[in-house]
Amino acid sequence: MISRKTKQRVAFTTFRLLGLAVVAILGWILGFIIYRGAGAINWEFLTTFPRKGMTDGGILPAIVGTLYLVLGSLAIAFPVGVMSGIYMREYLGDRWLARVIRVMTNNLGGIPSIVFGLFGMALFVRAFGFGDSILAGSCTLALLVLPLIIRSTEEALRAIPDDHRAGSRALGAGKLETILRVTLPVAMPNIITGLILSVGRVSGETAPILFTAVAYSMPKLPSGILDQVMALPYHLYVIATSGTDIAGARPKAYGTALVLVIIVLAVNLLATATRACIGKKTKRD
Amino acid sequence: MKWTRRLAKHTIEGLFTLSGGVTSLVVFLIIAFLFREGFGLFRSPAVERGYGLCVHAENAVPTLDAGQVKRIFDGEITDWKEVGGRPGAIVPFRVDDLFTGGGAMDDDPASVIPRVEALIARTPGIIAFLHADYLPGTKIARHLSLGNITPSDFFTGREWQPAASPSPRFGALPLILGTLLVSLAAILLALPLGIGAAIYLSELAGARMRAWMKPTIELLAGIPSVVYGFFGLVVLAPLIQKTFDLPVGESALTGSLVLAIMALPTIITLAEDATRGVPRAQREASLALGATRWQTICRVVLPGASSGIAAATVLGIGRAVGETMAVLMVTGNAAVLPRSLLEPVRTIPATIAAELGEAPAGGAHYRALFLLGCILFAVTMAINLTAELMTARSRPKNI
Amino acid sequence: MIETKEAGILTAIETKDAGKPTAIETKTAGKQTMIETKNVNFYYADFRALKEVTIRVEARAVTALIGPSGCGKSTFLRLFNRMNDLIDGTRLTGECLIDGEDIYHKSVDVDALRKRVGMVFQKPNPFPKSIFENVAYGLRVNGARDRSFIAARVEESLRAAALWVEVRDKLRASAFALSGGQQQRLCIARALAVSPSVLLMDEPASALDPISTAKIEELIDQLKRDYTIVIVTHNMQQAARVSDSTAFFMLGELVEFGSTKKIFADPDHDQTRRYVAGRFG
Repeated sequence: MISRKTKQRVAFTTFRLLGLAVVAILGWILGFIIYRGAGAINWEFLTTFPRKGMTDGGILPAIVGTLYLVLGSLAIAFPVGVMSGIYMREYLGDRWLARVIRVMTNNLGGIPSIVFGLFGMALFVRAFGFGDSILAGSCTLALLVLPLIIRSTEEALRAIPDDHRAGSRALGAGKLETILRVTLPVAMPNIITGLILSVGRVSGETAPILFTAVAYSMPKLPSGILDQVMALPYHLYVIATSGTDIAGARPKAYGTALVLVIIVLAVNLLATATRACIGKKTKRD
Repeated sequence: MKWTRRLAKHTIEGLFTLSGGVTSLVVFLIIAFLFREGFGLFRSPAVERGYGLCVHAENAVPTLDAGQVKRIFDGEITDWKEVGGRPGAIVPFRVDDLFTGGGAMDDDPASVIPRVEALIARTPGIIAFLHADYLPGTKIARHLSLGNITPSDFFTGREWQPAASPSPRFGALPLILGTLLVSLAAILLALPLGIGAAIYLSELAGARMRAWMKPTIELLAGIPSVVYGFFGLVVLAPLIQKTFDLPVGESALTGSLVLAIMALPTIITLAEDATRGVPRAQREASLALGATRWQTICRVVLPGASSGIAAATVLGIGRAVGETMAVLMVTGNAAVLPRSLLEPVRTIPATIAAELGEAPAGGAHYRALFLLGCILFAVTMAINLTAELMTARSRPKNI
Repeated sequence: MIETKEAGILTAIETKDAGKPTAIETKTAGKQTMIETKNVNFYYADFRALKEVTIRVEARAVTALIGPSGCGKSTFLRLFNRMNDLIDGTRLTGECLIDGEDIYHKSVDVDALRKRVGMVFQKPNPFPKSIFENVAYGLRVNGARDRSFIAARVEESLRAAALWVEVRDKLRASAFALSGGQQQRLCIARALAVSPSVLLMDEPASALDPISTAKIEELIDQLKRDYTIVIVTHNMQQAARVSDSTAFFMLGELVEFGSTKKIFADPDHDQTRRYVAGRFG
C-alpha cells in the first residue's frame, strides 16, 4: 500500500502541474497574440481606412465604430443600471419581489449573446424600425451589460455600512436625499469600476451586433446614430474567415486581435487602479 | 417651492422603480419576441412561401411529405410507387426549366400558364414546383399541399437545409447534437484542468503566485470570444489537422478545445471561491487530527465545496452552449449529424450567427433561426436556474 | 499494512493503559515533563509574538495559559501541534520538545505529531458529517478500515467525552443537529479517538452557555487522568477551577508560571497579582 505521504506528494505534484498547465495555456494565447500582433500595430494601422480588400491599411473605422457602440450602449445602460441597482438595494429589501427581480437579473446575465442579437434584431431593428444602426446596436449591447452594471451597483451599495444611512436619516434627511447625498457618492468609485469593466465586455462582443449594427466595410466614418458601423471584433471575424485574401489579411487580423486584447488589458488595469485608489481612500478615512 | 421638490422626489423615485423592473421586462420581452417569431415556424408551409406543388390530375399518389418532395427533386426517388402511387417514372419539373430550355423569356403568367398546363397534361408522371402565379387550373393539375412544418420535423429532423428547394428542411437534430457534443467535450476537457488549477490556487499556491495568477485569469475571462476563435483558427486548427491527419482542422474537437480554454477562467474562479468558502475551522480541525493536507482537501474541502464546484460546472456548460463566435470560427460548420469529434459540426449559436443575415425576415428560415434561439434561451435559462439553486443550497445546515 | 496501522493505534491505547501505573509511579516519584520549551521566540513576519519563553509542562495534569488578549497564549498553545505552520511568514527560534523530542526538527512528521497532540478549538467546529463520521474521521485518515474497530473506538471516545448517552441513538444524524455544548464535546471525542497523549484546548468553553461550560470543565477534570492537557482561557475562575498549574503571559512574555494555587493566591509578580485580582473583580 502506498503511504499517505506519497499519495499527498503525487496529488500535489499533479495539481501543481495542472495549475502550471493552465498558466501555460493562458500565457501561450496572450503571448501568441502579442508576439504576432505587435509587428502589425503602428500609427498608420490605427488611423487609416482598410485598403486592398482589407490586406492593407488600418482599422480606423472599426475603432471608431466600437467607440461609438461602447459610448452609445453605456449611455443607456449606465443610468438605467445604476437606478435599477439603487432600487433593488435601497427600496426593495428582501421581499419576494426582490428575489424575483434578482433572479431575472442573474438570468439576463446568463443569456447567450447571440440571443440578444436575435432579440435586438426583432425589437430594435425591425419593430422599432431603427434598421442596422449604431442606435440598434447600442440598445442591444446595453441590455447585455445591464446585469453587470446592476450587480456592481448593488455590491457597491451593500458595502456601505447601514450606520451611514442611519446617521443621515437621524439628521432628518429623507430616504432619497440620503441616497443622493450620502450613499451614492460613497458608492460611486465602486460603481465606476463596474462601468469600466463593462467597457471591456461591450467592446469585445460580436454576436449581438452582428445583425443590429455592423457593416462589413464602410467607405467613411458614420455620420449619425442611424448609420451602420464597422466594429473591431466583427472586423477581426471578417478578415480572419471571409475576406477575399485571407492569407494576405493575416497580419491585419493579428493586429486587430492585439488591439482587442489591449483594450481588455487597459480596462482591467484601470479597474484595478480604481479599486486600489478606493482602498487607499477608505484606509485614510 | 415645496411642491416642486416633492414632484422631483416622486419623479426620481418613480424612475428608480421603473429601472428596477427593467431586467424583468427585458426577460419577458425576449421570451415574447423569441417565442412569437420562433413558433411562427409551425405556421409556415412546408413548401417555400409563394410557391406551390402540383401533379397530373389523374395521379393517384395520396399525399407527399416534405422529405419525400425533397428526395424526389434530388433524384433519390424516381418512381411513384415508392411514395404510394401507381408505378411510373417521376418527372420533376421546376418553372425555371421552362425558361432555361431556351424558349421565350416571357414570364407573364398569362403566357406561362398555358404552357405549363400543356406540359402537365402530356406528362402523367410530372410533379411541378411553380410560383403561385403560375399554378395551373385544378382540372389539369392536382395541387398538393404539404401542410405546415411540424414540431417533429423540426426537433427530430435530421437534415438542416434551409435553402433547399422546393421544400427547405429545418431538422434541428444535427445542430442540437452538435451543440451538445462540442459543449460536453469542452467541459470534460476543462473540468479536470479547471478544478485542478482552482485547488492549486486556493490550497497550494503561495501568496505571490496567487497575487499574479488571479488577475491574469480574470483578464483572460475578459478577452473577447473572437480573439479566442481567431487563436483557435490560426493555431489549434492546423495543429489538430496535423496531429490527426485530417482533411481540415476545423472540427468538433477544435471547437471543444477553444471552448474549454474559454471556460477555464469561469470554472477556476467559481471553484476557487467554493473551496475558499469552506471554513478555516474545519480545515484546522482536520489537520489537528493528524490528517495530511491532501486528506484534508479530499475529505473536508472538496465535499464542502462540492455544490459550488457543481454550480461552476453547470455554469461552464451554460457558457459553452451559448458561445457563438469562437465556435463559428473553428468548428467547420457542417450541419450534419455528428459522428466523431474529428469531423466538422455546427452548433445552434453558430447556425444563427451564420444564417440570420441571409434569411429573409418573416420567412420560414428566419423563424426557424428564432426557434433555435428559443431552444438556446430555454436551455441556458434552465442551466442558470439550476446553478442558482445549487449555490443557494451550498451552505448546508445538515449533511 | 492496514493491520499494522490499526495495531499501531491499538498499541497506543494499550500502552497508555499499561503505562498508567508507570505514570502514577513517576508522578508520585516526582514530576514527569511532557512538554518543554527552551527560549522560544515566535514571529509573525516582523512581529515578535513570543519572547524567550521557557516552560515545563507536567504530564497528566491540566496547565492553564492565561493573560490579556493578544498576549501570545493562543500562539503558544498552537506551537505544540505546529498549527502555526499554516500561517505564511511565521518563524520560530528556540526549542520545543514533546516527550523529549524536538517537534520542530526537520525529520519530524507533522501529521503524526498532530495525531499525538490533539486540539479542541474555541468554537465547536464539527465537520458537516454525521456524529459517527466526525469521531471516525481521525481514525480513517490514519488508515483504519476495520468497521468493528472503528465502531468500538467511536463509542469509547464518545463515552470518554461524556457524550455517548446523549447521542448513541442518533449516531447517523448530522453533527450540526447537536447543541453548541454537545458539539464541543463531540469535538473533544473526535480528538480523543486518535489516542493523543496531549490535548490542547483553545478557550474551549468561551462560546458556550454556563451549563455546557460546567460539563466541559467536569470532563477536563476526568480527562487529565489519561491526558496531558494545556488549556487557554480568559476566564480566571475557570483557570482556577480546572488547572493544576497556571502560566501567565503578557505581551509575548511568560511572566510567571507555577501551581495554580500559588498564582492565584500569592503570585511572585506584581503584574500577575494585578491581572488575577482585576479579573476577579
